[in-house]
Order: sequence, then structure tokens, then C-alpha cells
Amino acid sequence: MKKTFKTLAIPDPQQLMFGRTPNPMTCGFGLTLGNGQVFPELNFTLPTMALEQTNWPAVVAQYEEIGSIIERAAARLKPPGLMAEFELLPPMTEHPSWGAELTSVLLKHLDQLHKDTGIPCALRVTPTDIRDVTKPPELRSGKPLELLLQSFEQCAAAGAHVLSIESVGGKEVHDEALLYGDIEGVIFALGVLASRDMEFLWERIIATCSKHKVVPGGDSACGFANTAMQLAGQGMLPEVLASVVRAASSVRSLVAYECGAYGPSKDCAYEGPVIKAITGAPIAMEGKSASCAHFSPVGNVAAAMCDLWSNESVQNVRLLSGPAPEAYFELLVYDCRLFNQALETKTENVYQNLLVSSDIHLSPQAYVLSPQSTSRIASAIVRESGHYAQTLAAAREAATLLREGVQRKELQLNPRETEWLERITRELNALPSDEQQMIVTMQDRYGHLFAANSYGL
Amino acid sequence: MQFGAHFRNTNICETDRGIMKELLDLSQLIEQGQSQKALTLTQQLVNSGLPSQTILNDGLIAGMAVVGEKMRNGDMYLPEVLQSAGAMKASLAILKPLLALEGTKSRGKILIGTVKGDMHDIGKNLVSIMLQGAGFEIVDIGCNADPQRFVSAIAEHAPEIVGLSAMLTTTMLNMKTTIDAIAGAGLRSKVKIIIGGAPVSQKFADEIGADGYSRDAVLAVDKVKQFMDRTS
Repeated sequence: MKKTFKTLAIPDPQQLMFGRTPNPMTCGFGLTLGNGQVFPELNFTLPTMALEQTNWPAVVAQYEEIGSIIERAAARLKPPGLMAEFELLPPMTEHPSWGAELTSVLLKHLDQLHKDTGIPCALRVTPTDIRDVTKPPELRSGKPLELLLQSFEQCAAAGAHVLSIESVGGKEVHDEALLYGDIEGVIFALGVLASRDMEFLWERIIATCSKHKVVPGGDSACGFANTAMQLAGQGMLPEVLASVVRAASSVRSLVAYECGAYGPSKDCAYEGPVIKAITGAPIAMEGKSASCAHFSPVGNVAAAMCDLWSNESVQNVRLLSGPAPEAYFELLVYDCRLFNQALETKTENVYQNLLVSSDIHLSPQAYVLSPQSTSRIASAIVRESGHYAQTLAAAREAATLLREGVQRKELQLNPRETEWLERITRELNALPSDEQQMIVTMQDRYGHLFAANSYGL
Repeated sequence: MQFGAHFRNTNICETDRGIMKELLDLSQLIEQGQSQKALTLTQQLVNSGLPSQTILNDGLIAGMAVVGEKMRNGDMYLPEVLQSAGAMKASLAILKPLLALEGTKSRGKILIGTVKGDMHDIGKNLVSIMLQGAGFEIVDIGCNADPQRFVSAIAEHAPEIVGLSAMLTTTMLNMKTTIDAIAGAGLRSKVKIIIGGAPVSQKFADEIGADGYSRDAVLAVDKVKQFMDRTS
């Protein structure tokens, strides 16, 4: 039975804190999240190499090496716990037994680490959403869906502790809308299409998790809000647009929790704090220590409410110091020592304030990620019913927050950004409250990009 | 600036000045993304008997050149660029049949696709749009295109330039297999190959035998122009 969230699990923004949630949970080899500590989440990937049957042994050897690196580094650095995330590459999802085999390899190393050192640890496995292989994507049937679900099944059976995904339903419209700065299209893609696909997909993921007693971690609006963030970072889109997309994308990610997920959310889900405020679930976040994977304007503020702190993804290549996964694991461990020292000495509010205030005045994208902004956006969401209405409310609240921030001189926008914020506000205010009316208009505008039956429309 | 310098000629008569002004107006309408007004003015210029090539070069492409420069300098966002590109495309639709009648050759044809195993297409689509705005003809073979699809498309469309896109470290190696397949089909000498995408670099381009690399859509247009200038 699906949940609906009508109130906030954490109503007071002062209580939106790293390392603490009202709903801590335990997974893997005794790793308890949200209960007073922050843990590193190491996310890794292959160096540049072919990924095919003919060189499969070399691929497996890479993950064996990464597993050994984790064991060695953890023994050296002694974190209070750790999460390892294995993100499957598309061919590994297309061949479910490959993902399962690598899951077993990594699990073996974590098991050994736990046996040797007692360090609590867990393995998150994230299959790739390969359903967009056709255009328009066929999301509710076909071989890609079959393989994706088999991937979840086999990785769960192989012993994954947490399952997640970065699903892409609605992205085919969102990408186009984003490029054209069409906020109406963005809201449609997130609030109508993506939310429907999330429900479809997560019902199935939850069933697999229940069957294998695996934790359903969350999803991520990476393909929506992080795409916007990266394009804004390259100067191609206004930052204010990326900020509004970030807020609006929280609703589609929340759907996983409505279906039964209970975290930890995905590291690249920068909308995680909104999820935490609403559900009370622990969240993984990434920021400054993910610069091995991509740059961002939210490096510090992204840490403000995390329960797992991630590096997003690092290739197994050699740096001057040693293997890159070990170098970034060390970075994460030191970051977590600061979080946990602050919690232990009851100076977490001071440290959080430093993380927040060092970023939020410099970028609208950072401004909407503060605990206060998070609480406002989360409140706007739970006040509404229906994913479209919630998405629209979140977007409008983000635009309002930015305008207020400028008025209070907490945020400065250049004239072009200001012009765009005015335009976005106007266009959001003009959107219909009637979802059906929106669907009819958008089918006309974007109908060539999506298959209505992929969304039950 | 290019436009003014081109026409800085004190011997031009009043009629020419009038035409110059209208072409300048057209380029500005394209720059501003005013599709309907640009369409109307384009039709007027066609009706006045001005060669379509002149309208294309000094009205439409001139406007998009300013757009490209502004984008390079961070003075225009993508939605604004795409609005301009849309305005150009609408006006170009009027000119295309006339250009064909005039026997005007296209500025060049580029075949573009994302390599096998890769479904990312935003970057590729941006490059296509920018190249079209610069007056090039695009053949887009989409995503997840295996080497044979590239080979067949090159044989069919005879582009001067082939663009390969990849966003993953595991798919970028398919750029090499694609280049090898093009060579194996005896087509390598007929095309210049440019690569792009987050994980690739000039060094990688050199290693796999590509002719060029571009970091973003604006630089891709520059690279294509360089290659076309060398071959024309």
C-alpha cells in the first residue's frame, strides 16, 4: 500500500542535521545510518577499458582490486563504518549475471573487512536504467525492462544490501524542455511523466527487495536536475533555472518512498535533504569530495544534512599517492571525522552553519539547498496532493525563495539571471492547476518525444 | 562587427544601402530569435530579387555568427541560442528550394552520431543545432550507433565530416572501432573525423586516429569551419 506524506518528519529546519534522522536504519554488516554518525560512501568505476565478454576476466580483476583497496584503506583509516556503492555500467545491466558476479566479488571483500576489523559496512548496488535505448523510450514493456528487473533480482540474490537506481522516465521530454528553457515542459516531465514512471518502476523494485530482504534505497533525479546543474555550470543555462529544477525534482524522487523505499537515498540525489525532511529517512549526499566526477557550486552546503558522504564516482586509476579509489576514500573519511567530531562535541550546528553559509550566498543552486530552504520546499510539497501539484508547488517555492533571498541581499543575481528568474516566476504562475489540461497541451508540444503508454496515459 | 566591416564601402549606392540595412535587420532578428519577423523579412528580400545565397550568408548566417560569439563569451544562454537557431531554420525553409535552383552548394555536410553502447545525446544535439545555425547540413544517425551504421551512412550521404560523440569511459573506445570500421570500408580518406564528449580529449583523439577534437558545441563549429576551409 502506498504512503502519502502529509506532514514533515522533521518540521524544524534546525533539526535537519547531518548524521541524524528520526528513522535510523541498519543494513549490511551492521551499518546503522542516521543514528548520530556520518559514514563515507565510496563510489568507484572502471578505468577506460572495453567492457565485453572477451575481456570479462580483466573487468572482474578490476573489481577484485577495488575490493582489496577498500579492505586495505579501511583497515588503515579506521572509519566508524562505510558504504561501498557499485554502479553497474549499461552492459552489466544488459547482462544481469555480470552485475550479480561483481556484486558477489565486492561483497566478499566487505565481508572479510567486517570479519577482520569489525568495521560495519554495506554494499549498495545500482543497476543502470537501460530502458531509454529506444526513442521514444518503451518503459513498461520490452527487453530492456525485462533485463533491468532481472538485474535487480540477480544482484539482490547475490547479496546486495541496498538497491538503488537513477531512473530516467520523463527525461526524453525534460532534456528538450531544459534546452529550450521551457519551464512548463520541465514541470510536465517531472510532475506528470517522471512521477508516473517512478511509481511503475518502484513498485517492482520494492517487490524484489521484499523478496530478498534487501533495503530499497532511493532513486535520483540525476538525469534531470544534475543535467541542469552541469549545463548551468558550463554557462549554457541560467543557474536560477537549475535551482528551480532541483526543487521540482524532489517530488519524483519522493515517489520511491511513497512506494516503500526507506533509504539511504542515492548520493547524486541532491534533492535528498527534501526527502529527509519529509520522510525522515537517511540520505547519501555528494559535494566537494565528488570533484573527481564533476564540479558543482554546492560543494559544502550539500554536506549539511547528509548521513552518508560520497565521492560520486572515481575511476580505478593510479594517482601520485596511490589508487584513486583509496585517495578519495581517505578524503571522505577525513570529511566524516569532522562531521562526527562536531556531533560528539555538540558543535554540529556551528559546523553546519559554516558548510551552509560558505556556499549559499554565492549561487542560487546552493541557496535552495540550505536547511531553511529545504524545509520551505518540503512544506510546500506536503501541503499539496498529487504529484503534478506538488511539483509545481516546489518549483514556485524555489522561485519565491530566490526572490526573497535577493531582496534580503543574501543572494546576488546578475541582470541576465534576474531576467530569467522573473520569466520563470511568470511562467510558473501561469501554469494550470488542472493536470489534465497540462497533459493535453504538452501532448501537443512534446508528444513526438514520449510514448503515452509508457506512462499509462 | 563582421557585417559592418564587410560592407564598409563608400561607393555603395542608396539601393545597396537599403538592402544592406535590411540584411542587417534580418541578422539582428535572427540574433534576437524573432522567428515570425525574420520570416516576413526573408520573404520580402526574396520577393525583391536578392540572391538567396546573399540572404543566407549576410542575413541568416551573419546573425548566427553573432549568436555563436555571444555564446562563446557567455553572453547568451542555450534557450536563447536555440530560439535564434529556430528563427534561422524557419527562414531557411523559404530559401532552401531557391538555393537549390540557384545551384548553390551547401556549406558542407556533417554526419553525427553517438557511438555504440551510449545513449547520451544532449551534447550531440547541441552540436547539430550550432552547425545548422552556421549553415551546414546535418545528418544525425542518433545514439547507440554501431560502426556499421556509421559506415553505411557515410556511404549513403557522402559527408565531408563525421562527428563521433561518447559520454562514458567504457563507450569512448567504440570511437576507435568506428574509425577502424570506416577505414576498413575504404572511406577514411573521404572524411574528416571529429570527436567530442566528456571523457575524451585531444590526446585521445590523436591516439585513435581522429582528425580533431572539440570540447564543446561552439568550438565544434570552429573546428568544422577550419576543416571545411582547408578542403575548399
